[in-house]
Amino acid sequence: MSEHKTSQEPSEIIMTDLYQSAAKIYIRRIRGYFRNLRFFGGMFLFAAYFGTLWLSWGDRQAVLFDLPQRQFHIFGVTFWPQDFILLSWALIISAFALFFITVFAGRVFCGYTCPQSVFTWVFLFIEEKTEGKRNARIKLDQQGLSGLKILRKAAKHLLWVLVALATAITFVGYFVPIKELLADLAQLSAGGWVIFWIAFFTLATYGNAGWLREQVCIYMCPYARFQSVMFDRDTLIVSYDAARGESRGARRRNDDPAKLGLGDCIDCDLCVQVCPTGIDIRDGLQYECIGCAACVDACDSVMEKMGYDTGLVRYTTENKLEGIQSSLMRPRLLAYAAALVLMTIAFALVLIARVPIELDIIRDRGALHKMTSNGLIQNSYLLKIANMTEQPQTFLISVDGLSGLAFRSSQRVQVPGGDAVTVPTLLVLPADLNRLPTSKIYFSITGEEDPKLATTEESRFFGPANF
Amino acid sequence: MSTFWNAYIFGLTGIMILGLMALLFFTRRMPGGTDPEETTGHSFDGIEELNNPMPKWWLNLFWLTIVFGLGYMVLYPIGNWNGLLNWTSAGQLEAETSQHDTKYGEFFARYASVPVEELQANDQALRMGQQLFMINCAICHGQNAQGYYGFPNLADADWLYGGSGDNIETTLIQGRRGQMPAWKDTLGTTGIAAVTEYVLELSGNEHNDAQAAQGQVIFAQMCSACHGQEGTGSTLIGAPNLTDNIWLYDLPDQDLRRDVVTTLTNGRAGNMPAWIDILGEQKVHLLAGYVYSLSN
Repeated sequence: MSEHKTSQEPSEIIMTDLYQSAAKIYIRRIRGYFRNLRFFGGMFLFAAYFGTLWLSWGDRQAVLFDLPQRQFHIFGVTFWPQDFILLSWALIISAFALFFITVFAGRVFCGYTCPQSVFTWVFLFIEEKTEGKRNARIKLDQQGLSGLKILRKAAKHLLWVLVALATAITFVGYFVPIKELLADLAQLSAGGWVIFWIAFFTLATYGNAGWLREQVCIYMCPYARFQSVMFDRDTLIVSYDAARGESRGARRRNDDPAKLGLGDCIDCDLCVQVCPTGIDIRDGLQYECIGCAACVDACDSVMEKMGYDTGLVRYTTENKLEGIQSSLMRPRLLAYAAALVLMTIAFALVLIARVPIELDIIRDRGALHKMTSNGLIQNSYLLKIANMTEQPQTFLISVDGLSGLAFRSSQRVQVPGGDAVTVPTLLVLPADLNRLPTSKIYFSITGEEDPKLATTEESRFFGPANF
Repeated sequence: MSTFWNAYIFGLTGIMILGLMALLFFTRRMPGGTDPEETTGHSFDGIEELNNPMPKWWLNLFWLTIVFGLGYMVLYPIGNWNGLLNWTSAGQLEAETSQHDTKYGEFFARYASVPVEELQANDQALRMGQQLFMINCAICHGQNAQGYYGFPNLADADWLYGGSGDNIETTLIQGRRGQMPAWKDTLGTTGIAAVTEYVLELSGNEHNDAQAAQGQVIFAQMCSACHGQEGTGSTLIGAPNLTDNIWLYDLPDQDLRRDVVTTLTNGRAGNMPAWIDILGEQKVHLLAGYVYSLSN
């Protein structure tokens, strides 16, 4: 049952709206070491996202996820749906990499590399160029409508939509070859679904980076919620050193804070103004903090101006803050690292050893075996041969496992690049060479020009059950 | 749909939507919330929960889903209401089929005018025919078209109804009904035994000469009308050639004599389905091309 506040009269309980509009936060931009890290990291990812699209491989786009053909080209390798297990492994490895980074340094993925953050910083940059710096933006929002205000706002939203549009077209360009896509768009002949997806991603980018911003990180993103399970007392988090900073208060630059009974924090609130999620890091570790270290840059810049040591707000661990020895190399972290390294190596080996052909044997359902008029036991199969390379290949079919087996169908088949063919196959065996009702046999296909393109699959040869 | 069930559906859906709207309306205020440090008052093993308002965009999205739901009810069928879009699953199938026909129609049309015998020269036509065969025909005739007891071997040169391209196509379009009469009442066991020996003689198998001679007499009277004087059969009516030692109702490891006796005693009723309504002209044409290629 709920615990009532017995000291209050029922009429004293105040009711407020359950839903309230989030107060808009005005983020102040700051320069600094971590901002540079974020900038170069983010811009590298940005460039990779937009740039990779334009690379070619032979006569096709280097990275292309061709959904209608169900072929996924990543540079020289073409993956088919049969290779999806590789994708699930890649995702598992990515998940472990994420867990490793979070145990090590908290939510740095969020602050430095998450597309939500990177795009928000880009949109924030546009906002500053059109509406001005932080104080100017606050003033602009407070003043009434004017021609200049409309112009600034319109310019901002227009630029936002353009960036969102470029992002959306790039995204769709990974599925529909970008050069064709742009040509179709220019001639207004793009298909319905293409238009829909471009519109969808434009709206999503514009909405997320322009309007929702920190609401995604605070309310929507599940990673924000389960990060706390992965933190431990030795995780590097952005933290305010309360022991050093308190009690906070303004003072003159040349004053000795110790004499005034003050800590290093001058209560300038700069750390709050630069925070993209709008929190006060001095309140301690909060789940909203995305570890971007903007407050670190802000505080360091102030500390330098005041002539104090930097690092009042810094990356540190809970243990270190309390004066306890903090070990970076701890079992949990090392276990994640080991798992990550092992899985990555295994994954790489599997990729290298992958043979881009596939053989499936489908036995005829109609009959287990059939006797021919000249006393041979006949079994009927369908061989499905998939050529996942992009060049036509010729394959030689052979069978192993039962001596005396002969083919009564073609043993040489040509398969066009990126295609699969069906080869009806008949195997015959002289009745006197058959020893068992069921025998295990192995079909093999070998590339005629490239013998390394080879694979083997197991099947059965059936004969009469009575002897 | 009866009035009751119609009312039931509308009623339940309406109550649900109105209920959700009521939920949003009646829970729009909460106690407290002015102090950001305030907790809800509950303590779970020392873990407490702040009592903060929820973001308004969440509420707006909820309203959006209700509006969407109402719009959906108006546009799409519910109960006896057909919806403004008049959507039906049969209609959707029709639309998709005609879209499919427009898209792939030209592939099939390309081969419609090519004679069956020449279709195998084209790789694509052959592959399409092979695909159709595997889906529709391989169940009975085998993946290698090698046939089985009661299902003809399509890969040899022996044809019940003729093996020309047109013959094969006609078989596919109309289907075939093989009708061998039952002779047990007319001939009796002795008569059947005699005819069996003669049939074995015709096909070059070991036989009893005396009985075969009797069988020949009966054959001339009863069987030659369909199977021909020499027993070579007639592709016009689908009477098998009894001299070629290729048997539809016998397998090499079974007793041929016994099987012939069964055929004569009880008759046979072979049944090849008619594919014209299931597959249509164009696909049947490609199938015929593939089947023809198996023996040529």
